[in-house]
Amino acid sequence: MTAPVIRSEAALSVVAPTLVGIVLVLVWEIACRAGGVPVFLLPKPSDIALKLASDWPTLLRALGMTLRVALQAFAASIVLGTLIAFLFVQSRILEKSLLPYAVLLQVTPIVAIAPLIIIFVKNTQAALTICATVVAIFPIISNTTLGLRSVDPGLINLFRMNRAGRLATLLRLRIPSALPYFFGGLRISSGLALIGAVVGEFVAGTGGRSAGLAYEILQSGFQLDIPRMFAALFLITLAGIALFVVMVGLSRLALGQWHESEIGAET
Amino acid sequence: MLALTEPRLSTPGAGSPAPAVEVLSAEKIFPDGTRALAPIELAVGQGEFITLIGPSGCGKSTLLKLMANLIEPSDGRLMWWRSSYDEATSGSRGSRRQVAFVFQDPTLMPWARVETNVRLPLDLAGVAKPASRARVAAALERVGLTKFTRHFPRQLSGGMKMRASIARSLVVDPDLLLMDEPFGALDEFTRNRLDDDLVKLCFERKLTTVFVTHSIYEAVFLSSRVIVMATGPGRIFATLAIEEPQPRHESFRNSARFAEYCRTLSGLLARASVAGPEAGERA
Repeated sequence: MTAPVIRSEAALSVVAPTLVGIVLVLVWEIACRAGGVPVFLLPKPSDIALKLASDWPTLLRALGMTLRVALQAFAASIVLGTLIAFLFVQSRILEKSLLPYAVLLQVTPIVAIAPLIIIFVKNTQAALTICATVVAIFPIISNTTLGLRSVDPGLINLFRMNRAGRLATLLRLRIPSALPYFFGGLRISSGLALIGAVVGEFVAGTGGRSAGLAYEILQSGFQLDIPRMFAALFLITLAGIALFVVMVGLSRLALGQWHESEIGAET
Repeated sequence: MLALTEPRLSTPGAGSPAPAVEVLSAEKIFPDGTRALAPIELAVGQGEFITLIGPSGCGKSTLLKLMANLIEPSDGRLMWWRSSYDEATSGSRGSRRQVAFVFQDPTLMPWARVETNVRLPLDLAGVAKPASRARVAAALERVGLTKFTRHFPRQLSGGMKMRASIARSLVVDPDLLLMDEPFGALDEFTRNRLDDDLVKLCFERKLTTVFVTHSIYEAVFLSSRVIVMATGPGRIFATLAIEEPQPRHESFRNSARFAEYCRTLSGLLARASVAGPEAGERA
């Protein structure tokens, strides 16, 4: 309703963290220079920036590889996770018998099973995607299942009284009710897909043309090229933030007009 | 697909028209053993406005849900226009009856605009868009929400949400309107205004209405017959006919007759709430 307030609110959420970032980077730079910290212990932000600029082509290609795995895994998680959630909601027996295994998948450390997956699956890309999917799928399953079940009982009665079939109830009632939960799951899952891709690659240690950012980090560590390590780390972080921002935007698009989470307190 | 807009045939029969709902020794015992309703006998005549009133836990909402076929009686049965619910509400063209329910809460879909919410029963019945649009507009006009068709529920006040909920029940052109304490959460002023409008609506459309309330004033103002219920187990304690011509005018509230009816009903309620060995057992 009050446009200027919202605009300054939005500006604030961009400007404030940016200022904090700038200050932190400055403090880091000054502290390194003043203390004479050697570059192989903690590189200055300027060293990292220079490295980023000089190694840009290889790092960018590595980022592309990692992102590709992460996005493939994220897409697979969304499709499979949503399907599994639908199955769970359709049948209690199915949920009771399969949910423990989904939890099992979730609590098993990916570092422990990644070598197995990489041995079983010949194609490294595919193996990495599977690793990342295993990590990223659980929030989608659990959130979407919860959402599909969290339907206003009054609305269920209303649909029953109007003789709504299973499909109509699913499309017009269960899916819209589940959307806020689903988008909550997406936010968590997008970050996990990236982490899964990086962790999988650490274990697989793929080099050559299909090297991702994790490999670059490992390799730079071996060569004591610490600025390059930080540069790769910076790119991973940036990718994670970008994914998160996209998810927030999507969620706002879908829920902005009606859901409490996207509506300011003043309305 | 549906013949909702066609004029309905009046029920054939020599004498009085078939009652809209008959409760025939229906009782309700919940799975946990709670006896919500002792066997009840009640007939709601065509065009009647009946109010169910009584202390908490007297089973008035349960009785209303039985009439809506939302729950089944544990014993006994109910009839709608002398047939089963399914026969009455999905019968052949022309004799199909519509039962609409207004819940305690507005129960609107938060993600849908007012017009989409109101259109829902028609969408679910497969009514074509052009036909349903006109009926939605008419229903919204009747409850005074014409200016708010494109709003989301969260943008409406409590009273306006309830109006939208009523519009949704009117859009199917119901033969029987069941209302479960619809204005219980509203302030008295808003409630009175909604009651005034409801009286007019029900009279104009010759609606048969069963209305659950906690308010003595509301019961007296609206109904042609007030059913006083008692607890332990839920049962009909007394019936009070309000012999004041419909549609009721606001001025009825200030009349001596109104005060007299309220006093009588209040006395009945006081006796109902102390009657029975297990009175007030269920909250």
